Amino acid sequence: MKVLKGIQILEDKCVGCQACLGVCPYDAIYMQGKKAKIDYDKCTLCGACVLKCKFEAIEMEKKAGFKSVVSLEDAKGVWVLAEQKNNKVQSVSYELLNKGRELADELKVELTAVLLGSDVKEEAQCLIHRGADKVIIIEDTTLNHYQSGPYSAVITEIIKKYKPEIILAGATTIGRSLVPRLAIKLNTGLTADCTALEIDKKNKLLLQTRPAFGGNIMATIMCQNHRPQMATVRHKVFTEATEDQSRKGEIIEEKVSSELLNSDIVLKDIVEEIEETINISEADIIVAAGRGIGTKENLGLIEDLAKALNGAVGASRSIVDAGWVPYSHQVGQTGRTVCPKLYIACGISGQIQHLVGMQSSDVIIAINKDADAPIFKVANYGVVGDLFKIVPALTKQIQASGK
Amino acid sequence: MLNIVVCIKQVPDTTDVKINPKTNTLIREGVESIMNPFDRYAVEEALRIKEQHEGKITVLTMGPPQAESILREAISMGVDEGVLLSDRAFAGSDTWATSYTLANGIKVLGKFDIILCGKQAADGDTAQVGPGIAVHLNIPQLTYVKKIEKIEDGKVTVERLIEEGYEVIEASLPCLMTVVKEINEPRIPSLKGMMKSKKAEIKKISAADLDVKAEYLGLDGSPTQVVKIFSPPQRQKGEIFEGEVSDIVEKISGVIKGIN
Repeated sequence: MKVLKGIQILEDKCVGCQACLGVCPYDAIYMQGKKAKIDYDKCTLCGACVLKCKFEAIEMEKKAGFKSVVSLEDAKGVWVLAEQKNNKVQSVSYELLNKGRELADELKVELTAVLLGSDVKEEAQCLIHRGADKVIIIEDTTLNHYQSGPYSAVITEIIKKYKPEIILAGATTIGRSLVPRLAIKLNTGLTADCTALEIDKKNKLLLQTRPAFGGNIMATIMCQNHRPQMATVRHKVFTEATEDQSRKGEIIEEKVSSELLNSDIVLKDIVEEIEETINISEADIIVAAGRGIGTKENLGLIEDLAKALNGAVGASRSIVDAGWVPYSHQVGQTGRTVCPKLYIACGISGQIQHLVGMQSSDVIIAINKDADAPIFKVANYGVVGDLFKIVPALTKQIQASGK
Repeated sequence: MLNIVVCIKQVPDTTDVKINPKTNTLIREGVESIMNPFDRYAVEEALRIKEQHEGKITVLTMGPPQAESILREAISMGVDEGVLLSDRAFAGSDTWATSYTLANGIKVLGKFDIILCGKQAADGDTAQVGPGIAVHLNIPQLTYVKKIEKIEDGKVTVERLIEEGYEVIEASLPCLMTVVKEINEPRIPSLKGMMKSKKAEIKKISAADLDVKAEYLGLDGSPTQVVKIFSPPQRQKGEIFEGEVSDIVEKISGVIKGIN
């Protein structure tokens, strides 16, 4: 008897190779006789087994579902939702423009940036210099600082009017609060924290690759029947588009009705906690400390090195929990994910929760006295030794060389 | 008297999920299913709100039948009631369909004042379901909450984490908040709580109990689809620097100089 429950194993095609058992994250496939069987109580229809099976023995049925507000036929063009703070465009937007330009060229369509703020005309020009063909700006004093209500209402209206096929945004606290709202309002899909974006050669769809299960697996995701296809990308995943002052483009000033600007929250205060060192999400170099630094007082060694390198101070969970370092410095699963050009891990053993937050750094140097510490598995360069000798000596050397 | 709903998720313990580099498959032997670590902070915050303001806390999850275990765990921490949204029709949901289903589940629970979620789930890390629920319910959304300053006169004032520090924002109830780790230290279940959780009745809700349309549910209601899964590129085995401190420092500075 065939039970149609969204997914089924075709017994005549199943050869009993068990490849699907190994790939199921939910332990929902078992062998009965020489055929694979699905435990429907456990299966979440994630589709991992379907992708794994070489014999096309697993069938998953997906109906068309609901329609997006922007229709497939109408959707055209690539957009970047630019981000500004104090009317200054944030570097993540330039990184997205670089990738956006590439995607737009591949599709032979225009690249448009959207910028909301209170006084952003000059900055709009910068977006053109960095690759945008057009910049849509919406200016109002209420849009000076991000607020979920007005931002999502205004951008939804603009998307309905212009109908882009692809939208890229930063996976920042703004992007991760805003874009999920757009996805619901526009009846379309969204993929968070993409690390690679490319256009499928055949069907011209956006292939969105991202880590899942704490970075243990990479998944490529498509949004086939809904538009726009939306993706967020973290800081530093792509390099910034270079500036070309001679580039020309069009700035479009959009006006929106005032009711869209009503906010359901009141912003009472913004408290900046900029410390002496740089924000870890944006830093090119991070010097991070773990339990191996022994005491809170020894943190000075790490801070000195970070300062000498013009970098930021990162921290493992254990020393944040111990109260030695503020939470904003925590790297890892319950902290921030970072991908700087250089990550120097000092006295960090490298629990998996820490590794998932930093293993995509370009270069990792680990200093630890325990040769078996897991951090060495991801480090490009490892030093098994005493950080109390090495770190201060390194700081001196860097200061002396003026780098 | 505040009605608080906490949305939680059962996830595989990501610390255990590994890939066999030879066969390129998941090694999930002994992988346990746990309550999403971020949701624990949401449960704890609900308990703290109740301690100050009186109220009732309902934990809600969408998942297969065995997801019941995390509802019991939340009850052992002190939550009043557990509700399981479970139906084959929900399987295959991406964040769109998940937030739609949870929002509709919340609607049938009755009047609510505060909805709490963890900032994201540890298996997908998307952080999309919280905002999605807020839009479906058309209520204010407060993400990355690190402190609830006060709840009074039908309003909540919170501190919300941003890259440069934090914002202080106020919203009217009902509203949805997603919370970060910094907000509290979750309690360990008491013995009494554990006894209670064993006996507690879990309310089960299926698609037929909800006012929903089939095309918005499960796989069909999910605009995104995974088309490929693979293991991340392995980092090459690193080089080990040895010798005198001065030699090591020399080598490290060489590496640093090579980085533009």
